[in-house]
Amino acid sequence: MNHVTHDPIQLDRLIAEVSDPGRGAIVVFLGTVRRGPDDGPVREIEYSAYEAMAAGEFQRIVNEAAGQSHNIEVAAQHRLGTVPTGDPSIAVVAAAPHRAEAFTACRYVIEQAKLRLPVWKKERLDDGGTRWRENPDGSSTPGVAPPADGDP
Amino acid sequence: MGLPYIPSRMTSSSQRTPVSASSITVSCRFFGRYAEVLGVGQLELQLPAEATAGDAVAALRTRHDAQSLLPQRPLVAVNQEHVALDAPLHDGDELALLPPLAGG
Repeated sequence: MNHVTHDPIQLDRLIAEVSDPGRGAIVVFLGTVRRGPDDGPVREIEYSAYEAMAAGEFQRIVNEAAGQSHNIEVAAQHRLGTVPTGDPSIAVVAAAPHRAEAFTACRYVIEQAKLRLPVWKKERLDDGGTRWRENPDGSSTPGVAPPADGDP
Repeated sequence: MGLPYIPSRMTSSSQRTPVSASSITVSCRFFGRYAEVLGVGQLELQLPAEATAGDAVAALRTRHDAQSLLPQRPLVAVNQEHVALDAPLHDGDELALLPPLAGG
């Protein structure tokens, strides 16, 4: 399974990938394109990425999560291209023998993905305008001190 | 303190020829709004042999009047892995300048 896709995320395929009789807990996280009171009139988001690095970094994150406990399997995918409001842009599915490990793995993967995946989003608004958006911690290099200055 | 500026060339990797043993050529890639404001997605940059990722950023900011377009300390990746700006560069490396991340 590719960790980045230009097609709609197929959750059932991700779940099938991690399902196993030995894993009695499956936790799913879906991140969707939001249009809340603080977001303004967002119609859709155009996602772009450094695709080869995003795929490799996502795999490293998944491997880290799987290494935290026994018999954990994680499937994760980020959608690129134009994603309309309400549609999933990222999915993390974590399976483990018990729910505690599944929740932990799922949380780990989505939090690390937000910090580490080289993915960018440009919001397209109802009036046709656009704007780049970034994550709150999106300016900090993983594992090193944050930049001393901001973006232009 | 910036490094001596060596002009880069818009060439493909197959055209790349080492200038001298004391210089390296790295492929620089731009994404998101950096690509948008610079109007280019990729270029090749010649640097002194001991150059770091930060030296490459300083050189890139010199061209394109990019001081106002690229921050002094952007996120960078070398060969598809996050690195700090003091990471050394080697001939043939791929250096990516990453705008603030926004995945999810």
